[in-house]
Amino acid sequence: MGFVLLAILAAIVLWVIAAYNSLIALKNQVVNAWKQIDVQLKRRHDLIPNLVNTVKGAMEFERSTLEAVISARNRAVSATGVAATAKAEGELTQALGRLFALSENYPELKANQNVLQLQEELTSTENKVGFARQLYNDVSTQYNTKQQQFPTSLVAGLAKASPAELWEIEEPGERAVPKVDLSMNKP
Amino acid sequence: MSDQNLFAQQESNKRKSAWLVAGFLLFFAWIGFGGDLALYLGTRDSPPEQYHHVIPWIGLAATAFAAVLTGTSWKHGARRVLTAAGAWELIEPDTPEQKRLRNVVEEMAIAAGLPVPRIWIVPDDDPNAFATGRDPLSAHVAVTEGLLARLDRDELQGVIAHEMSHIRNFDIRLMTLLAALVGAIALLSDAMRQFLRFGGRVGGRSRGGRGKGGNPVALIVLAVWLISLILAPLVSSLLSMAVSRKREFLADATGAQLTRNPIGLARALEKLAAEHGPTRTIARGAAHMCIVDPGHSKFAERPGFLGHLFSSHPPMRQRLARLRGMAYQAEKQGTLPNPADVTG
Repeated sequence: MGFVLLAILAAIVLWVIAAYNSLIALKNQVVNAWKQIDVQLKRRHDLIPNLVNTVKGAMEFERSTLEAVISARNRAVSATGVAATAKAEGELTQALGRLFALSENYPELKANQNVLQLQEELTSTENKVGFARQLYNDVSTQYNTKQQQFPTSLVAGLAKASPAELWEIEEPGERAVPKVDLSMNKP
Repeated sequence: MSDQNLFAQQESNKRKSAWLVAGFLLFFAWIGFGGDLALYLGTRDSPPEQYHHVIPWIGLAATAFAAVLTGTSWKHGARRVLTAAGAWELIEPDTPEQKRLRNVVEEMAIAAGLPVPRIWIVPDDDPNAFATGRDPLSAHVAVTEGLLARLDRDELQGVIAHEMSHIRNFDIRLMTLLAALVGAIALLSDAMRQFLRFGGRVGGRSRGGRGKGGNPVALIVLAVWLISLILAPLVSSLLSMAVSRKREFLADATGAQLTRNPIGLARALEKLAAEHGPTRTIARGAAHMCIVDPGHSKFAERPGFLGHLFSSHPPMRQRLARLRGMAYQAEKQGTLPNPADVTG
């Protein structure tokens, strides 16, 4: 009798360990996926002052647009948390989009290698953010499901698991095709 | 693609690679020991002072050779394919196009959840691309200069996504092994035919010595041996084409899913197909690895059994139709269909 009880106890302990470890593994995946986004966002924030400085001379008359980009960038840099970051980054994307739309009117910018290169880099970081965001949302959803499902939910408190916030997209247009191409130099 | 589906694809490719290696070793063993057997039977009844083939040294040599060849193909196959194409590795991008290529490869690596593969450029004006390597950790993508010059960003993304799905599915392992081993079979077949002229004379003399027709068993063995030697290059290249044909649809669909933009890849394929010049730097033996048939074989676009059998890629019209179908479905339902449903 005592032996059976011992076996059941051992089975429960083993299960708790396994469930705990699976939650921790998922949590680390979420953290890691967020880091991937973060790296790209930092790079994006670093590129923007360069871009503004490069186009400033030619786009003297679009001061308000340039300022909007700078302030959107600064808000994005100081944003914390997934929801706030998502919102600030969305606004930054829109401000940048306006800047690039206006720059179409300046032929000297379209021929400027520096501007073209910055545009390519910005396009690429936005795409990378987009693809990394998908990965982040996928693992976060897995993590959230796991900690809510019975019986893993019993161990969730022990593993200090709390639901990860998803990166929601506000613009319906962006939801369908979340890729951006800012490049003007289409062959 | 769902995780299970992806896992099944990877396992299937690993299994097929193992079978391919086993089949290759068996074939070389058969060619070697079969030759020994024919020689043994042919010289068994000849007078004692003449040559008797007792030690199966051809078989031993052929099997050892095949084993060494498989080992080096496994280790250096990808490098050899790249070297044969004259590719150079892109480490520090100089031109805007090279920079864009590096960016796009990095983007698609994130989308596929893989490490960034090494990037190579093939100095050829005809647009084409291929991927090679053993597994995602040792993968390479190569594109031609013509491709870089002609495609816009969306199209390039489509092509790289297609190659990235070959990498993720372990198609590259199977394809690279196929390229190396099919080439080796062609070489062996040529070498053996040379050898046969000499071997034929020996056999002829011994039969003549006895003044009777040859040993019937020896003749049958010899006939089967000859037939397999003659058919081997054809069968092995048909095999590599068949394998490649099946993989292309899946890579198209998975690539479209990675970029979430089937039209980008469709437009790229149209441009690639419109270029008529063959991709000269890419050898015939590596044709099945490319995104479009580098030979621009006329067979490929012909419907029907023969056209199907002798092409390394599915007809372009079908590939485009499937991608457009995916785009249409995405437009209608808001999500891209699962690649497995499209290619099934």
